[in-house]
Amino acid sequence: MATAEKGVVLLDLWVSMFGQRCRIALAEKGVEYEFREENIPEHKSPLLLKMNPIHKKIPVLIHDGKPVCESLIIVQYIDEVWTNNPLLPSDPYERAEARFWADLVDKKIYDCGSRLWKLKGEAQQEAKKEMIEVLKLLEDELGDKKYFGGEIFGFVDVALVPFTAWFYSYETCANFSIEEECPKLVAWGKRCMERESVAKSLHDPHKVYEFVCFLKKKFGVE
Amino acid sequence: MASGGEVKLFGMWASPAVRRVEWALKLKGIEYEYIEEDISNKSKDLVKYNPINKQVPVLLHNGKPIIESLVIIEYIDEVWKHNPILPKDPYERAMARFWATYSEDKCRGAVREVFFAEGEKRVKAIKCLEETLRALDEELKGKKFFGGENIGFSDLVLGWMAFWLGVSEEVASFEVLDPKKFPWFTSWIDNFLKVPVIKENLPPRDKTVEFFHSYRRLHLAAPKC
Repeated sequence: MATAEKGVVLLDLWVSMFGQRCRIALAEKGVEYEFREENIPEHKSPLLLKMNPIHKKIPVLIHDGKPVCESLIIVQYIDEVWTNNPLLPSDPYERAEARFWADLVDKKIYDCGSRLWKLKGEAQQEAKKEMIEVLKLLEDELGDKKYFGGEIFGFVDVALVPFTAWFYSYETCANFSIEEECPKLVAWGKRCMERESVAKSLHDPHKVYEFVCFLKKKFGVE
Repeated sequence: MASGGEVKLFGMWASPAVRRVEWALKLKGIEYEYIEEDISNKSKDLVKYNPINKQVPVLLHNGKPIIESLVIIEYIDEVWKHNPILPKDPYERAMARFWATYSEDKCRGAVREVFFAEGEKRVKAIKCLEETLRALDEELKGKKFFGGENIGFSDLVLGWMAFWLGVSEEVASFEVLDPKKFPWFTSWIDNFLKVPVIKENLPPRDKTVEFFHSYRRLHLAAPKC
């Protein structure tokens, strides 16, 4: 599976929140890497198919020719190889809490979000209800902290922040306001955007919405 | 026996997610109190310690709860450092986590689809399940366990397939565990079930088959939305 190349390559797609997690983590650690845009799903490159034969998905981090797949696994790998500016805390209990919340983001946000722009009527309302529920849970966990990691921008922050660029799309498609429902969470998102790693990785929410409109057309959703 | 504070585990006897946590605790020789939960009538304690999804397993260590079996196992490995479950090398750790995630994201769903499907849907579901078995078989080529010579994180997480997949085959009348098609995977099952900590910590087979028969009947009888 490995190639002979030295260095760090990230196979990615510009709008992918999963790819953005990796970009943010690499930037936080000051790691130089080559960003390779994949043309998903029209034409997956031979390199992507070779490096991720099981899922054939981005992001894939290739470090000295060896591939690492799945965004949260990639972020933990980055954290363990480049030990400056740790993203996970050192205390095992706090690490377990961070892993739990990142896993919750993975299990719920993408799925609810997709249903918000793909579906209409009752099914969309159900997705909206679930999205608000999980965002409120996350907001409770954040509390009055600067970041989910406390004073430190950490693992859960990296896992969740790329989705903030999609908030405008979710709100517009399903007609609700995330700021009204979860003001602390939206404020947290803005604080994260003050970090160069985040600002450089996330795209303008209107650009993301344009992409969602393109997807809706493609999938025949009104 | 490893010390390190008071350990309690809220579980349910038939649950593979609970069992994998027990395997991890026993591999490390950690003493713990096991609390069996009635899933149809959850205890106040379970709801208190896991208000988010109210599910087992929940590990309580010195009164502090940890939830989600994969998170629990990594926690156990970090607190009790002897008999390591995850490798030291970051790349190997990433690989171990990849196969653990594969188990939860792909294999469980694939088995579940076959378990509840009928007719044409069943045929399609079996094809998907066989794809996952092929991937696992390929990964095991030349290895006794996913962890190499000894069982590791991926083995513990994928371990449910060594027992519960066979139970599912019996309950739902299908057959996928073919040694000709998946020689490495079927060998792994034999080797895994021979590991003393695993062998001595499995639920009783007939009781498990009975449980999953009822579970399947209930699910198939439920009104579909």
